[in-house]
Amino acid sequence: MEYKSPVRSYLEETADPKNVLVNLGPSHPATHGTIQVIAELDGETVKKADIHCGYLHRGFEKEAEHHTYHKIIPYTDRLNYCSSLNNNFAYAATVEALLGIEITPRCKYLRTLLAEYNRIADHVTCIAATVMELGGMTAFLYLMTIRDYIFEHMNHLTGARLTYSYVRIGGMARDLPEGWLGRLEEILQFYERYIERIHGLLDRNRIFIDRTRNTGVLTTEQALSWGYTGPILRSTGAAIDIRKDTPYLAYDELDFEVPVGIKGDNYDRYYVRMREMDESVHMVRQLIKLLPEGPLNVSDHRVVLPEKQHLYRETEPVINHFKLIMEGIQVPAGEVYLSHEAPNGELGFYLVSDGSGRPYKLHVRGPSFLHMGGMHTLLEGYQLADIIATFGSMNMIGGECDR
Amino acid sequence: MPYSTIQNDFNALFERSWDSFGMLVLELPAENLIPLVTRLKTELGFTSFLDVTAVDYPSREPRFDVVYHFYSVQYKKRLRLKVPVTESDPTVATLTGLFGSANFMEREVHEMYGIKFAGNPDLRPILLYEGFVGHPLRKDYPIDREQPLVDYRK
Repeated sequence: MEYKSPVRSYLEETADPKNVLVNLGPSHPATHGTIQVIAELDGETVKKADIHCGYLHRGFEKEAEHHTYHKIIPYTDRLNYCSSLNNNFAYAATVEALLGIEITPRCKYLRTLLAEYNRIADHVTCIAATVMELGGMTAFLYLMTIRDYIFEHMNHLTGARLTYSYVRIGGMARDLPEGWLGRLEEILQFYERYIERIHGLLDRNRIFIDRTRNTGVLTTEQALSWGYTGPILRSTGAAIDIRKDTPYLAYDELDFEVPVGIKGDNYDRYYVRMREMDESVHMVRQLIKLLPEGPLNVSDHRVVLPEKQHLYRETEPVINHFKLIMEGIQVPAGEVYLSHEAPNGELGFYLVSDGSGRPYKLHVRGPSFLHMGGMHTLLEGYQLADIIATFGSMNMIGGECDR
Repeated sequence: MPYSTIQNDFNALFERSWDSFGMLVLELPAENLIPLVTRLKTELGFTSFLDVTAVDYPSREPRFDVVYHFYSVQYKKRLRLKVPVTESDPTVATLTGLFGSANFMEREVHEMYGIKFAGNPDLRPILLYEGFVGHPLRKDYPIDREQPLVDYRK
């Protein structure tokens, strides 16, 4: 069969005949994402790198234009599939802004709690994968154990381990099951015990420091110019965090710090994530205390399905239910851009509505896409083996990069 | 406040402005894009180019809106710019000279909507592939049209 390349590389010939071209990916065992790096090497040093993404493109934005607002929720799960709830909440908040809906206090605090809880799962995954690719199998297994506890716990709440689809416009799918918050505290304590071991295994580990310190260095100016957000931007020393700068949900009531790095290398990105998880645990504990009783969903029949007990006895709820399912929520015409601090950075949704039951346009600003756009600057000038460490610490998620 | 500064001092560079859920929106002709963005970046700290996309209105003239989002680190404010362009000449100037992030995002808008970014040296496909016909996010591209790169197995 004829070999077909999706995109031609701009590196087809090397500038210097001594140099060689090396192709990594798109399916490379040491990179945990479907991405292709074509690198020009002088010995072991990367001179130039050409990053190709798009191998996981599935037309999210086109699909969204043909689905009702509720049916898009499962698609948003699959953007950053390590932290589906953060995507869910950002999407729901965008639609709710256009509808002019204010969610109930219980829903607000619960969303904040779950967003932080899911952030722990995402950061754990990122660090685990990076460390494993650098050869640290023990740390990987410890971190995966934490992640698995969180996933089982989320499974208890939502019925899925990874793609939760737990949000609804104007509320949530269901309330917390009995004993869920008790188990949450157990898992947080388990997390603390295990993360202590990770600190012990990695923080002063000579091999880990040699691989990560002073590799993939980034300055704040570079990071801003390449559109970087989230832990990667903060690792350069800039305390820029949407949760602090323009608070949403319940973040303005919480006590938390924004950890920053010193010089923006791979070690800083590791450490910023470790510290952010501790802050998330701190926030989750505050939110358990703050979580009020009361209704979870708004009582707005434009968006929320009628309760089943009415559905089977009265006519209006049946009509209401039918209209919401068949025609979807009628979102008033307008446009809105809303962004949340997802584990990887600024996750923005730009929604244009024409007043019908389907979005006229739904654009996602996925942080990973921007991170890949500037990754070549982090690779050039370093060793071939540093590609693995740098790529790992970028936490590229194909789902939100290629959409 | 950056919003009042923009509305008072920069008003020669845009045509209309309005508020969209707390975010200032400016509509401007394509030729004012570079001067406005340069001033925003240098004078008001809009150093983060967050996003660019386009919206297709097939029955409207001009047909496309190119939509930009910026973030001012200094003032912690976001800003939206809208540049209407016609179907016959869907050209705006590239921002790659000002922001590195323009590189990948303009490639995406170029392949998805066919917007031309004058001066961008690298407009290869990014999420699609060489030889893809049409622009899939335009409204006249049917959702079920398939163009597999490698033919399906019979």
